[in-house]
Amino acid sequence: MSTIEVDQAEALQVQTQPAPRRRKIKRKTVNTIIWFVVLASITAVILYPLLWLVVSSFKPSSEFGQNPGLIPDNPTINNYIKVVEGIGGIPLWRFFANSLLIALSAVVGILISASLAAYAFARVKFKGVGILFACMIGTMLLPIHVIIIPQYIMFQKLELIDTYVPLILPKFLATEAFFVFLMVQFIRNIPRELDEAARIDGAGHLRIFFSIIVPLIKPAMITSAIFAFIWSWNDFLGPLLYLNSPEKYPLPIALRLYNDASSTSDYGATVAVSLLALLPILIFFVVFQRFLVDGVATQGLKG
Amino acid sequence: MAGYGFLLPWLIGFLGLTLGPMIYSLYLSFTKYNLFAAPKFVGFDNYIRMFTEDPQYMQSVQITLVYVLVGTPVKLAAALGIAMLLNYRNKGSGFFRSSFYAPSLIGASVSVAIVWRAMFSGGGPVDTSLSFFGINLGGWVGNVALVLPMMILLAVWQFGAPMVIFLAGLKQVPQELYEAAEVDGAGPFRKFRSVTLPMLSSVIFFNLLLETIHAFQVFASAYIISNGSGGPAGMTNFYTVYLYKRGFADGQMGYAAAMAWVLVIVVAIIAFILFRTSNRWVHYAGESK
Repeated sequence: MSTIEVDQAEALQVQTQPAPRRRKIKRKTVNTIIWFVVLASITAVILYPLLWLVVSSFKPSSEFGQNPGLIPDNPTINNYIKVVEGIGGIPLWRFFANSLLIALSAVVGILISASLAAYAFARVKFKGVGILFACMIGTMLLPIHVIIIPQYIMFQKLELIDTYVPLILPKFLATEAFFVFLMVQFIRNIPRELDEAARIDGAGHLRIFFSIIVPLIKPAMITSAIFAFIWSWNDFLGPLLYLNSPEKYPLPIALRLYNDASSTSDYGATVAVSLLALLPILIFFVVFQRFLVDGVATQGLKG
Repeated sequence: MAGYGFLLPWLIGFLGLTLGPMIYSLYLSFTKYNLFAAPKFVGFDNYIRMFTEDPQYMQSVQITLVYVLVGTPVKLAAALGIAMLLNYRNKGSGFFRSSFYAPSLIGASVSVAIVWRAMFSGGGPVDTSLSFFGINLGGWVGNVALVLPMMILLAVWQFGAPMVIFLAGLKQVPQELYEAAEVDGAGPFRKFRSVTLPMLSSVIFFNLLLETIHAFQVFASAYIISNGSGGPAGMTNFYTVYLYKRGFADGQMGYAAAMAWVLVIVVAIIAFILFRTSNRWVHYAGESK
């Protein structure tokens, strides 16, 4: 009896020997499939609003509220035709041009001012650098609402309301500490030997900055440029405060015009113009996602 | 000297556009000022009025606190959970990482606020799909009870930025720690509690601090969704929306400045508490002397 049992057990063992490995591989494949399915479902939920935006912009206005499904019954490009004409006698391209002008100025201003400040914080030893660095970090935590009122009063006294100066000037003065901080982190990772070698060759700070640091922090510059562009493009409070004439409006404020004028009667037009306003950022994102995501990732670590 | 040369633009900006205005707004907060007549000194009047005679202010504080205290933890939990999910496998996670990050980039824009309002309005996609499951809520936008949850969902939708930071942190946790924990017989939950959380604590601290401060300052989406009114019934009248209305629509600059300073003090207290308690729960690697 017992020998048979042993035999059976042995036979079983022989049979099952290769099985655990196979089962393990199988389990791993199943896990991977579950992983993909779960993440794909989350992606579907997360990106649904964008998909909805794209598809709905081809819905005739009459279908909003009538056809809750995603796909339009009678797809049309009328929304776009209507929207491109503009609003209040101002063509749509004008708002795009205004946004572009402000955003490009912001990019130039931030790249210059933030890299200069970052070099000082990361590489130059001078009295008070510690406390000034702490101040710079402190401004990252400061709610901007405490400075917008006095800034508004200041720009009003200088008669700069309804110009782009209040929107652009701060960018040339490195007021957004995020960019300075990003570049400081980057410069600190550049080996100091490079500077020292240049200094031995007689290079001053300006020379070191332009011929060593600037070329080496290109990735940080690209990340900063993209963020500066996108944040400026999206900015709503700044232009809301400072611009009064519709022909000077950038897109976010112009969107409000479309939205107020047509939100109940003409949803299609509002949705189409919202998508157009978002399009440059979405394109930027698709092209530069690596830079953006890595920029965010490094910002949080090492601090 | 060279240092100050390089720092000059930043220094002008810091003194002229940040520190100077801060001091000036502190002064304004003790005055009555409408931009036209000279500021009139009123002592602590604005501050007292805020907390005793302004029910709109108190309501604004209340909904902002709910928004911050519910929205931020939920957003960070989602960010951490999904970061861990992404960290499970390297291949193929890049696409998901980018997709999840996208809302953070566009979430504060006017376009998204318009989309959000349309999606949550009566007969919109959210209402329709909930009705399919027998939940008839109608439109969220005009509903006093649902408009705040809708705003919180908009904040949570933007979990991508903290998620990316969490993911970078997770990649730096030494694998040996998990292996050692496994040898000691730790299950997945124990590994999370005893390895992941302590090793991530500095990243959690960073995200918690920035996201909390960020949440206090929600403006554009609330302004667009309520057409600048802060309605229905003041339920989207977030702190900054109300501050804007008082300062720039009603011309009560002194009162708005006082509101801004209360916000600064609250943010400073939160930052102080987080920094103060951080040595108890934030663990920095290589510090175990």
